[in-house]
Amino acid sequence: MGNTLPQPDSLLPLPPATFHILLAVAEEDLHGYAIIQDVAARTNGELKLSAGTLYRSIQRMLEQGLIVETQDRPAPELDDERRRYYRITPFGADVARAEARRLTQLVRMARDRGFVAGRA
Amino acid sequence: MRAYEILLRFYPASFRAEYGEEMRGIWARRRRDASGPPAVAALWIATVFEVLSNAAAVHWDILRQDLRYTVRTLARSPGFALTAVLVLALGVGANTAAFSVTDFVLIRPLPFPEPDRLVALWEKVPGYKMELSPSNYVDWKHMSKSFERMGAYVETSVNLVGQGDPEHLEGATVTADLLPLLGVQPMMGRVFTAAEDREGAPGTLLLSYQLWQAVFGGDAGVIGRRVNLDNEPFVVIGVMPRDFHFPSRNAELWTPMRFREHSDDFRDRNNNYLSVVARLKRGVSLAQAGAEMGVVTAQLERQFPKENAQTRAFVNLLRDELPQQSRLLLMALTGAALCVLTIACANLANLLLARGLARQRELAVRSAMGAGRERLVRQLVTESLVLALAGGALGVLVASAAVPLLARLVPASLPIAQSPSIDLRVLIFAGLISGLTGIGFGVLPAQRLCRQGDFSALREGTRAGGGRKERLRSVLVIAEVTASVVLLVSAGLLVRALWRIEGTDPGFRTDGVLTLQTALPMPKYDETARRAGFYTRVLSAVRALPGVSSAAYISYLPMVRTGGIWPATPEGQPVEIQRSGSHQASLRFVTPGFFATLGIPLHRGRDVAESDTIDAPFASVVSESFVRRYWPDQDPLGRHFKMAFHDRMVVGVVGDIRVRGLERPSEPQVYLPYRQVQDGSLEGYVPNDLVMHSASRPEALLPAVRQIIRGADSEQPVSDVRTMADIVQEQTASRAAQVRVLGAFAAIAFLLAGVGIHGLLSFAVSRRTQEIGVRIALGAQRGEIVQMIVRQGALLASAGVMLGIVLAYAAGRAMEGLLAGVQPGDALTFASAVGLCVMMTVLGSLLPALRAVRIDPIQAIRSE
Repeated sequence: MGNTLPQPDSLLPLPPATFHILLAVAEEDLHGYAIIQDVAARTNGELKLSAGTLYRSIQRMLEQGLIVETQDRPAPELDDERRRYYRITPFGADVARAEARRLTQLVRMARDRGFVAGRA
Repeated sequence: MRAYEILLRFYPASFRAEYGEEMRGIWARRRRDASGPPAVAALWIATVFEVLSNAAAVHWDILRQDLRYTVRTLARSPGFALTAVLVLALGVGANTAAFSVTDFVLIRPLPFPEPDRLVALWEKVPGYKMELSPSNYVDWKHMSKSFERMGAYVETSVNLVGQGDPEHLEGATVTADLLPLLGVQPMMGRVFTAAEDREGAPGTLLLSYQLWQAVFGGDAGVIGRRVNLDNEPFVVIGVMPRDFHFPSRNAELWTPMRFREHSDDFRDRNNNYLSVVARLKRGVSLAQAGAEMGVVTAQLERQFPKENAQTRAFVNLLRDELPQQSRLLLMALTGAALCVLTIACANLANLLLARGLARQRELAVRSAMGAGRERLVRQLVTESLVLALAGGALGVLVASAAVPLLARLVPASLPIAQSPSIDLRVLIFAGLISGLTGIGFGVLPAQRLCRQGDFSALREGTRAGGGRKERLRSVLVIAEVTASVVLLVSAGLLVRALWRIEGTDPGFRTDGVLTLQTALPMPKYDETARRAGFYTRVLSAVRALPGVSSAAYISYLPMVRTGGIWPATPEGQPVEIQRSGSHQASLRFVTPGFFATLGIPLHRGRDVAESDTIDAPFASVVSESFVRRYWPDQDPLGRHFKMAFHDRMVVGVVGDIRVRGLERPSEPQVYLPYRQVQDGSLEGYVPNDLVMHSASRPEALLPAVRQIIRGADSEQPVSDVRTMADIVQEQTASRAAQVRVLGAFAAIAFLLAGVGIHGLLSFAVSRRTQEIGVRIALGAQRGEIVQMIVRQGALLASAGVMLGIVLAYAAGRAMEGLLAGVQPGDALTFASAVGLCVMMTVLGSLLPALRAVRIDPIQAIRSE
């Protein structure tokens, strides 16, 4: 409600569901079910968001200003009027990048200790 | 789908409205994708779990948001927040304190297993209820079938010698049945066996935890220790648990009864001194037991027509063995606390309404930004709940400070500890009333505000809000005034009653009289001559002290021990009627000088004398009411009557005294010379109380008196040192405590009602600023404006006063038993209460009226 945007780092670490949703809407506007499918596809079916988790996350992300509901509709033949579409905001992208950076650093530290196989 | 629909209801409505449609869609697909019963079942289980945890999370999110918002808004209006919290703290505090005491005394079961099967038994003759005689006790016990066990006890006091300083201790002698009947186990050792409760059995003794700690230093090896009680050897066989108090909280030790078959105990069926307790058999009701005892006592009356004439049994739940006055005092306290809570709630609701009206713009803006009504209501309720819980927490602090002050209202006669504590029950109670107040008085204004629907506030400016809310607020203020009138009148009536009782003439002098007890142990002092020697040594030395004008010994000080009642039979009257209450008289043995010491006027004849020995004719001094009862308009001197096994002749007549206390009628009094008693007889009536009168401060005599007593008998302990003034003051102590509490409640109520009126009028003035400005601009006189505001206040106040007078009269009638003869419609009290309310109204209206007068018409009109 009229929040000024906080520093991206202040939201870290992101809950996994939130990060996945940001990744899902990074390229195109998606509706809820499409987000669930996208997340499932990218994780090889390992993460199946439930409707409740999805919309609870969406509600919080809307309030935090990570995503917005978009008024643009896709081509009419693909559109279902009941559906709402969500788009990542520039702030959302910043937060996603910050989270990715955090995770990368974490992985790097793990690799230094030999916990991760692969290139040193 | 229906089932999923129901699950969705766990989410907040706003969330459902926003996402429900899509969630249903997603669920429908999942359901379609699931093939085969196992998959469907797995989906359902996962869904139920998922919905419940997510719904909880969503609620939590909203709550966190609302709490953050609440803290921000409250911080912006600290005056409002502070007022609301304080108002609630007073309301919750008063009720929590009242509840903790009432619960402790009236509601909570006694601290024994299956306490609802415990009963007390009394002998009942027309107009009287009294203890049992040993003979009747034994017969009742053997003839009745309703009870699992029956036991008896007598409260006693003994001197403990040989453990440091001689100590005088309260306790009870009990039959072997009594402790098992109550269902208590000793903390250490064992309880009495039947063999130890027989005539001639060696003395055994149980200690209270407190006595074990204080005198025996908590020594674990105390069992088997030998001690001397009243010069008789006893062996400690056990220590009772810390929270065991029986028969009253003063009891510190217990010894077995050991009835003596051939003694006063069984000589006279009218020798009533046993308190009897029994445990009902499972499945036997109180009424059944009462009916059976009716049959048993009728049978005994046929067997002993003279002694048991009209004697029946009164069977009462042990829990209900509570003085009626204590019950009334506590009920009045609870009623008063509820009045305070009513006022606090009305004030809170009014505060919230006023604030809500002032916040209509804010609410309208939030609504326009898409907040649903449910969310707004929820926000407002969260806000009032936060206030309520803060108020409640502060209230519990108030209560825990107040409870020790209320401990005086816990009667000593109950087998419970002195002081209630703020425990879980009380905390739950406080939480409940805070929560209910918060929800009840938060939802009401919130609903009202949000029902407006279209939030016309944005368009209409601050005038929005309509007369309905004004009416509701007025009703609340009227309720506050009503409750405060009820409280003021009740407190006033009780103050008048207190004054009246304090003004009662006890019949004896209270100034300059010091009393103390030297409980003479038996059998050391069972010879009358030996006692006489002790009294003579002590009294002659005390009388010789500088400043002492007189001193004497008596059995039982007035108002301290109110029993000691014996039937009197004047010559020429049939013996059969002696049992009925109308022949009871209070019996005391005294040394010469008692009447002079207490300033009791000797109207005719003479005082008892040293020459009234066992060989001389048995003499007596009686009170005027005794003369009026038997020989009205005749010369009582030289008349004879039979009492306490002997024929006695009246040699003197003295004024009546209030033996049973300031508030109860007393039996006529009979005083007998201390030497005219057979050795070993009437040991319960041995004079143990020393009284002395001194012109200067009597307390200063104490060290010298102690030394005199030590000189007369070095093993003799001194106890119960008090002035007669203390004793009389003790009579009104619980009343005085109650009046103080009720007075404080009334003051709080009065203050809150004043704040309520002031708040309502200030708000009305601020909302009518423009109107008033226009009136002034159009030439209205300042006086008219003031009148207009004050009239509004006066109307509310008079409606409240009217209602309050009716309710206060009803309250007065309900507590008539406490009023000591003050009329429940006492005009002076009502007039004072109404006068105070008028004053409060005027003061409450004055500030808003002044503010109205100061309104600058140009400013007011321009401001829109």
